[in-house]
Amino acid sequence: MKRMIVCVKPVPDPNAWDRLQMDPVSKTLIREGIPSVINPLDKHAVEAALEMKDLFGAEVILLSMAPFDAQPVLREVLGMGADRAFLLSDKAFAGSDTLATARILAQGIRNIGEFDLIFCGNFTLDGSTAQVPSQVAEFLDIPNVMHVCDMSILKTESLLLTQKIEQGTVKLEAEPPLLLSFTKEANKPRYISFMEILAAEKRKINIWDNAILNIDETLIGLKGSPTQMADLLLQPKQRKGIRLTGNPEEIARKLADKIHQLGII
Amino acid sequence: MKTQHIGVFIEQRGGVLHDVGLELLGKARELAEVSKGTVSAFLLGRDISALSDDLIAQGADTVLLADSPVLEPYRLLPYTSVLAQACETCDPDILLFGATRMGVELAPRLAARLRTGLSAHCMDLRLDTEGKLLQMVPGWGGGVVATIRCPDHRPQMATVMPGVMKKLVPTERSGECIHLSVKEDLHRFGPKVLEVHIEEPKEMPLEKADVVVAGGWGIGNPEGWAILEDLATLLCGAVGATRPPVDEGWVSESRMIGQSGKTVRPRLYMGIGISGMSHHVVGMDESDCIVAVNTNPDAAIFEVSDLAVVGDYREILPPLLKEIRTRLPEGRIDTCELPQ
Repeated sequence: MKRMIVCVKPVPDPNAWDRLQMDPVSKTLIREGIPSVINPLDKHAVEAALEMKDLFGAEVILLSMAPFDAQPVLREVLGMGADRAFLLSDKAFAGSDTLATARILAQGIRNIGEFDLIFCGNFTLDGSTAQVPSQVAEFLDIPNVMHVCDMSILKTESLLLTQKIEQGTVKLEAEPPLLLSFTKEANKPRYISFMEILAAEKRKINIWDNAILNIDETLIGLKGSPTQMADLLLQPKQRKGIRLTGNPEEIARKLADKIHQLGII
Repeated sequence: MKTQHIGVFIEQRGGVLHDVGLELLGKARELAEVSKGTVSAFLLGRDISALSDDLIAQGADTVLLADSPVLEPYRLLPYTSVLAQACETCDPDILLFGATRMGVELAPRLAARLRTGLSAHCMDLRLDTEGKLLQMVPGWGGGVVATIRCPDHRPQMATVMPGVMKKLVPTERSGECIHLSVKEDLHRFGPKVLEVHIEEPKEMPLEKADVVVAGGWGIGNPEGWAILEDLATLLCGAVGATRPPVDEGWVSESRMIGQSGKTVRPRLYMGIGISGMSHHVVGMDESDCIVAVNTNPDAAIFEVSDLAVVGDYREILPPLLKEIRTRLPEGRIDTCELPQ
C-alpha cells in the first residue's frame, strides 16, 4: 500500500440550513453567511486512509472539487495528518451534476498518478445523492464498495470489508485498486490539536484548473451534465396545527380521542 | 405525448423481494397509463423466475429476467454489466431504482456506464406534455424541492426512497417473461462475497408501522426515552428519532427518520420533543395525522402538525398512557403483530 487518495467535500454547515434563502428572480440559493465545514463522513474516509499510513507508511492525498475559497477547510483536514491536497477548481466545473463531477474527479485522480485505494464518505450532507463514489469508480474502471462499516487488512494485502445493508451485513474480500465509501461506524476520526490546526494553516494546497486537467468542456459543467434543474421551490409545509389546551389530563383525553378516531385504539 | 417504456429494477436478496420494487411498479404503471406506454421489470438473480407472476400482477407488462449463478448473491459489477446490456437491447425511456443500500450503489454506476443522468431520492415523478420525466427531488434537508429533467439522454434514471410510492393491489393481468442472456464469464466480478448475514427483525420495522412515536433532543435522557417506547408499544407502533437521540445513544440508528434516515408515512405520527428541522420533517410529512408535543410554542414542528400540544412531555405522556390503557380492550397489548 503506497498511496491513498481521499475525496473530500466542503459543505454548508447543516446547523445553518434553516437560514437558507432563495433569490426569487434567479431561483438560486443564497449561500452567503452560511459557513462551510468538511462533510462529516469524509473525516471517516480520511481516518481510514491515515490508518493505512500508520500501518504501511502510505502517502495520503486529499482531492476536492470546489471553489477556490474551499482552501481553509481543506487545510483543516490536512491537519489530521494527510500529506498533500489537490483542489480542482475552475469556472468550467461550475454546475456539474454527479456524472460531470465524477468525470472531473476521475481525471484529477489520473493526473495524480498511481494509487492503491480511493476513499470517500458514504454521502455528503448537501446533495446527499451518494452517487459520485460509484461514478468515479466507473470512470476509472475499478471496483467499488459503498456502505463500508468495517475494514481490515489480510496478510496478502487484500481487504476484508463489512458492508452494512438494510437486513444485516455482507462480508467481502477485495483487492486494490479499489474505491470504498465509509459510514460513520467504520472508525473514530482522530482529534486535531490546536497546534496541528495552526501548523496546517501554512500548508500549501495545489490548485488544478482545466488547463491542467484538460477535459473536453462539452463534457463538464452545465453543458456536460445530463441532468438539469428545471425549477426550484421553497417547500412550504403547513398544516392546521390546532392547539390542544387544558390541564395534562384534559389534553391526554383529547389526544386519546384523536387516536380513537383514527381507528388505532 | 410520446409513449414511454418504463423500466423498474426489482431488488431481491435471497429470493425475497424488497417492497420498493413493487412500489415503483405501481408508480411506473401510473406513468405508463398516462403515456399509453409499457412497464418492464428488470429482475436479476438465481432461480427466481417464480417471482415473475407477482411482478406482472402488480403492474409489469414484461419481466426481463436474468437468471444465472453469477447473479446470486448480488455483486455490483455483474449486476451493472447485465443491466447495461439489457438497456441496450430493450432501450427503456425511463429506469427507476429504490434508494436502498443496493440501489444507491448500483444505479449511479450504471448511469455512469450508460453516460446518462440520474436523480436521487425522488419524492414524486411526473411526465411533462411531451412525455419526458419530471423528477421532484428534495434538497437542503427538504427545505427546497428541485424539479430535475434529463432531456437529452436515455434512459432517464431516478432513485426513489422506500415507502414513498404505493404498491398496486395484485390483479389478474397478462404479461410475458423474457429471458436475458447472461455471459457466465463476465470478465471481472470485483470483490468476492464471503458471507451475507441477514438478521431477523426483532422489533416493529419503522417503515411498516401504522403508528410512529418519534423523539428528539427534548426527551433529554434515556429514562425519558423509555416513556416513548411504552407509548409506541401500547399503540402497536414503532419508535422513531431525530439525529440527536441517535448520537446520544438512546436509540439505534435504524430508528432515524429524515433526509439521512428513513421515510415514514404512518396513519399517526407523534413527534415528542422534536423542534422540526427540515431534514427530519422531509422523512415524515406525508403521515396521515401529525401530532407534536413541545415546550417551545414557536417550535417549527407545530407548522407541520395537525394537533399541537405546547407542554412538557413528562406531564402529558403519563396521563395519555393511562387514558389509552383504559380504552384498550383487555389483552390487546399482547396481540400486536409484526407486519409481513
